Amino acid sequence: MSRDVVITGLGAVTPLGVGAPTLIERWSAGDSGIADGLGRCDDFEPADHMSRCEARRADRFTQLAVAAAEEALAQAGWSEDAPYDGTEVGCVIGTGIGGIATIEDQHVILRERGREAMSPLCVPQMMPNAAAGAIAMRHDLRGECYGTVSACAAGAQAIGAGMRMVERGDARACLVGGTEAGITPLAVAAFEKMGATSKLGVSRPFDRRRDGFVMGEGAGIMVLEDADSAAERDATPLGRVVGYGATADAHHVTAPHPEGDGAARAMQAALRDAEVEPGEVAYVNAHGTSTPLNDRSETVALKRVFGDRAGSIPVSSLKSSIGHLLGAAGAVEAVATTLALGEAVAPPTINYEEPDEGLDLDYVPGSSRPLERNGRAPVAISNSFGFGGHNVVLCFEAPE
Amino acid sequence: MPETKSKEQIEQRVTDALVEFGEERENITPSARFEDLEVDSLDLVELAQIVEEEYGVEIKDSDLEHVQTVGDVVEMIAQRSS
Repeated sequence: MSRDVVITGLGAVTPLGVGAPTLIERWSAGDSGIADGLGRCDDFEPADHMSRCEARRADRFTQLAVAAAEEALAQAGWSEDAPYDGTEVGCVIGTGIGGIATIEDQHVILRERGREAMSPLCVPQMMPNAAAGAIAMRHDLRGECYGTVSACAAGAQAIGAGMRMVERGDARACLVGGTEAGITPLAVAAFEKMGATSKLGVSRPFDRRRDGFVMGEGAGIMVLEDADSAAERDATPLGRVVGYGATADAHHVTAPHPEGDGAARAMQAALRDAEVEPGEVAYVNAHGTSTPLNDRSETVALKRVFGDRAGSIPVSSLKSSIGHLLGAAGAVEAVATTLALGEAVAPPTINYEEPDEGLDLDYVPGSSRPLERNGRAPVAISNSFGFGGHNVVLCFEAPE
Repeated sequence: MPETKSKEQIEQRVTDALVEFGEERENITPSARFEDLEVDSLDLVELAQIVEEEYGVEIKDSDLEHVQTVGDVVEMIAQRSS
């Protein structure tokens, strides 16, 4: 029997500031966290969230995740006493790259000063599963624990994996999310070289003038719990994760399928899993990267899934406000989608001004808008697609 | 050649390094055991690097196997740098 999964805690560190409430308030207000063409988490101070020893042993991508996990667990009421035995709690944290700052720094040391001078912390800092391990260790989570690696779908894939873990009864709760700290010389140059990032340094998804994404960093974490266990301890559900669909394009290493094949199948799979009809979806949190190819193929995919109704569903992209957080994007967007559903609001795609030919959906230009209630708790999907052809779609429902 | 340091100076430097690693200064005494300070093998490798760089004293992994207290490390450095 499949168990229902509720969300009882949310945490986020993003270019809009530290904290999930800051993220939704500022995005809904149309604020931007992008400066000089990058979405940095300038307000984040590791020492505010962890001991010096923990901070020193962690790459920035792990530090960001530890801070977001702290917030999510506090909201779930776990700060003092965990409600479950540690062996019953899992932890799955995605990342696109892992500790790339560590790799770059240590490579310089290797070349300039030799092997003897390298840090013994290089491996534990750089490994992409370090964030999952650090959170598990800090909070004594001793169930299944790993990192997902599927480029910009990794954060969403971690949430799907954790959802399944709780549905199957393999864990009573699971900490899930994604994290990324890839604003480093090598990663910035590498994305630039492949032509993925905006030369103008502007994130304007779906707009005719879009010319690539803006790199961002941050982390988003959710506490998922078995609904019955959460009810027993009187936890307040912030929403439910009701559907997960994941596919591959098997088309091209970086370009999405032009007809949105894999993306459309992932959306359909998530809706089937949620037992939700396309007509019931009140909001779409788009992948919306601001690249010419993604925004076009995602629009095509949405039309395939929602048919005649596609044009009347609000579709907006958080990347317009904070840039593309790569492996953290899907998780931060899931946090934002859950909060948007709770407040029954569709936050805007900021910077969207000039329509592009064929891109004619309702991208929520200008300012936030209330969500229509279709006779039930509002349901939303959140799309995440990654280089390599990974497509992950999550379906969320507002708390009753 | 690095200049010869007194034991007090070496102890001070080792203490500073351990504080940098995240230890509380008041807990760091010559008799404090690394196990109790939660200083592990990764920290000791870094400490050995600092010592080598600043005092020109080479500490091998095998040397660290027998080191148990802050005083042990200070003593080892003092002997080898004199």
